[in-house]
Amino acid sequence: MSTDTVTLNLRVWRQNGPDAPGKFEDFNNIEVSTHASFLEMLDVLNEKIINEGGDPIYFEHDCREGICGTCGFVVNGQAHGPERGTTICQLHMRKFKNGETLVLEPWRAKAFPVIKDLGVDRMSFERIQHAGGYNSTNVGNAPDGNSIPIGREVASEAFDAATCIGCGACVAACPNAAAMLFVGAKVSHLSLLPQGQPERERRALRMVEQMDAEGFGACSNTLECEAACPKEISVKWIQRLNREYLRAATTNA
Amino acid sequence: MPNAQPPTTLESGAPGGPLETRWSRHKADLKLVGPTNRRKFSVIVVGTGLAGASAAATLAEQGYNVKAFTFHDSPRRAHSVAAQGGINAAKNYQNDNDSTFRLYYDTIKGGDFRGRESNTYRLAEVSANIIDQAVAQGVPFAREYGGTLANRTFGGVLVSRTFYARGQTGQQLLLGAYSSLNRMVDTGKVELHTRKEMHDLIVVDGKARGIVVRDLKTGKFEAHMAHAVVLGTGGYANVFYLSTNAMNCNVTAAWRAHKRGAFMANPCYTQIHPTCIPQHGDYQSKLTLMSESLRNDGRVWVPRNPADAGKSPEQIAAADRYYYLEEKYPTFGNMVPRDVASRNAKYVCDDGLGVGATKRAVYLDFADAIRRDGEDTIRSKYGNLFHMYAKITGDNPYKTPMRIYPAPHYTMGGLWVDYNLMSNLPGLFVIGEANFSDHGANRLGASALMQGLADGYFVLPYTIAGYLAGELHATVPSADCDEAKAAIDDSKNAIQSLFDVKGSRSVESFHRELGLLMLDKVGVSRNREGLEHAIGRIREIRDEFKQNVRIPGDPNMVNPEIEKAGRVADFLEFAECKALDALTREESAGGHFREEHQTPEGEAKRDDENFCHVTAWEYSGDVTAPVEHRESLEFEYVKLTQRSYK
Repeated sequence: MSTDTVTLNLRVWRQNGPDAPGKFEDFNNIEVSTHASFLEMLDVLNEKIINEGGDPIYFEHDCREGICGTCGFVVNGQAHGPERGTTICQLHMRKFKNGETLVLEPWRAKAFPVIKDLGVDRMSFERIQHAGGYNSTNVGNAPDGNSIPIGREVASEAFDAATCIGCGACVAACPNAAAMLFVGAKVSHLSLLPQGQPERERRALRMVEQMDAEGFGACSNTLECEAACPKEISVKWIQRLNREYLRAATTNA
Repeated sequence: MPNAQPPTTLESGAPGGPLETRWSRHKADLKLVGPTNRRKFSVIVVGTGLAGASAAATLAEQGYNVKAFTFHDSPRRAHSVAAQGGINAAKNYQNDNDSTFRLYYDTIKGGDFRGRESNTYRLAEVSANIIDQAVAQGVPFAREYGGTLANRTFGGVLVSRTFYARGQTGQQLLLGAYSSLNRMVDTGKVELHTRKEMHDLIVVDGKARGIVVRDLKTGKFEAHMAHAVVLGTGGYANVFYLSTNAMNCNVTAAWRAHKRGAFMANPCYTQIHPTCIPQHGDYQSKLTLMSESLRNDGRVWVPRNPADAGKSPEQIAAADRYYYLEEKYPTFGNMVPRDVASRNAKYVCDDGLGVGATKRAVYLDFADAIRRDGEDTIRSKYGNLFHMYAKITGDNPYKTPMRIYPAPHYTMGGLWVDYNLMSNLPGLFVIGEANFSDHGANRLGASALMQGLADGYFVLPYTIAGYLAGELHATVPSADCDEAKAAIDDSKNAIQSLFDVKGSRSVESFHRELGLLMLDKVGVSRNREGLEHAIGRIREIRDEFKQNVRIPGDPNMVNPEIEKAGRVADFLEFAECKALDALTREESAGGHFREEHQTPEGEAKRDDENFCHVTAWEYSGDVTAPVEHRESLEFEYVKLTQRSYK
């Protein structure tokens, strides 16, 4: 076991429910192994808080492999912290220097109400997905998988859009709390593939409509979303979403 | 110790006759529910991973009213999402003489002849349909330049039948099932309940009729009722604390169903996956898997001489490297099944040949593959896995070999089900990893996704109709019937009594202690003395838990410590059943290795005369004395042999 450690100060947002007032709480001189992940650092801190009779810091997490999209909060103003292409669960403490102070805050957006401390409710993302984020294909209807050839490049491009893990970092990073990167990735994934064509227009219109109804802001091209995205999803999908929406709105008007 | 009665016999209900027509003949015999009657039925599906989401969506497509439950904030977060490598299907797209029979044979052999022949053949049979369904949903599988689907090979087989979406096959397949589920939520046929965790099964007049859930945001308990209940709640590998499972994976839904009468089958079977990033500290919360697909190009080795174990890998000359899998198993080499690879990793480390700071690791080396194919090719195949490895360890696997070690990954045991995937409790169906039926004592790579989706898309939607057809005149009891009220009270009291202990140790500390014990005594390698010791210790830890656990915070709002406490309480009971099962099974088979039963070469030695059966445990009212039942396994189409991968 390695003995390399780093000592940090944490300022953590504490809020006991969506309507409760919030405030920062300081936890100073936290010593942690440089090989620990950020969430393991919080595990150790929470164990200490529990043993001292306090209320542990609430944060959401599950797979800790950067794929389920459950985790995420803001570290020093950056969604998922300072490392690019990385969820907070995959961020390791070797990235930080002795004596640094880290400010931890939840995703802040009207459409993501705080549940507690660093955890937020992302049901708005779910409702956008319900509004057309699918191909209508009943089990039993599918033709042979090779009956629709899809070029390697197209499949690969669709995959790039489909890597979105639905964590919400793009919304948190956006000064307008827009969900354009998320919706752009979802709409583009299916619109690129031949299987997605029959519902292409309907899907784009309905998902954008739901996005607006949830209270997400508008895109003003600051591109912070791409910089924060742990799956490095490109803003080109936002351009594509705009084209898809325009196309749908003009052909289906 | 097991209850002293002689074991009773269970029947799978699988049809006899020719293997290749069993499922079609069974389907022809199954009763149907007409389209206009389906809307009169309600079905509860717990869990929204590959099995649960695919089942919920498909039942809703057929016209049933479905209530789907997940403790996550979104169905897409279920741990199926983390599967990396791929999904098997007997498509024979690569023209390498693959067939349904070969996939069945590889699976039954890979499972060391402890799976159910009829189920395994059915799984192979429907595998091809899964790929078609996923493509139709828009799953972006890897493709060749000509537009056809690409394949790769996995451990324990000699064909290329694994379909994949870079290193994200699980996420992409789950997003496919999730999109179908979303569509059914959109149409109103699925009522989706997120952040609700199952705490109990409601049984009325001997039939499963509902569940008790706790709303994780408010702490409130609710009863939900239906004509049938389907559990797709995953496996129990987190009984080891450190595993490749997500932090919230648990045995609670299955265990609470067990305590209401469902039998727990083969709990001793656990898959310890050979290629995981080794443990690096006491604070560690989980272990991370590196996909088995890496063994396609990576070579596993350790220094041949213990004296070299401290050297860096490049200092060790080619002749002094011990490629133990290639030397011991020339036919399969690095692609032996997972149980064989894991045991051998343990052996070389036990012999003092392990590498890294802890000496509990072996090398997985890509230098030869990079020389042969170029770094770009390797990057295009495994880029995201290498990236993840580098992020976690701080090492660059393009320059230096990965260090890997086995970790608990998947559980082949689970609730007992018949050929219809119904447990011994009428109306309770169990699908995916939560049931026991298809993988025997060891699961082959890329078969978990296959089984979860086979159950959800193609098996359960047919078999559940056979049950529901007989329930047309049944009335679903109301959510305030006596049984539901009693189950809610039980759940509330169980949580309240843990909350009231106000002891001095965190839930996590008990879980960690249990896990270390399980890994040491009920892990890769087991023996009688160790198992007996483990059972004694489990009871002690369980007693201390009840007297000394500390749960902070408020029980009436979001409180992960309460969630964990309920799950750890169940692991502490389940662990004893698992150890007892391992003690009772006096043979080695697949992932269950008893040191007393091995071949002279150190391979698992089965006892087909006495243990060619499934062991299913019934809760007797006392967790220390379950009642044993057996289902004997018949093999008509394969000859039971000592597995050989040499």
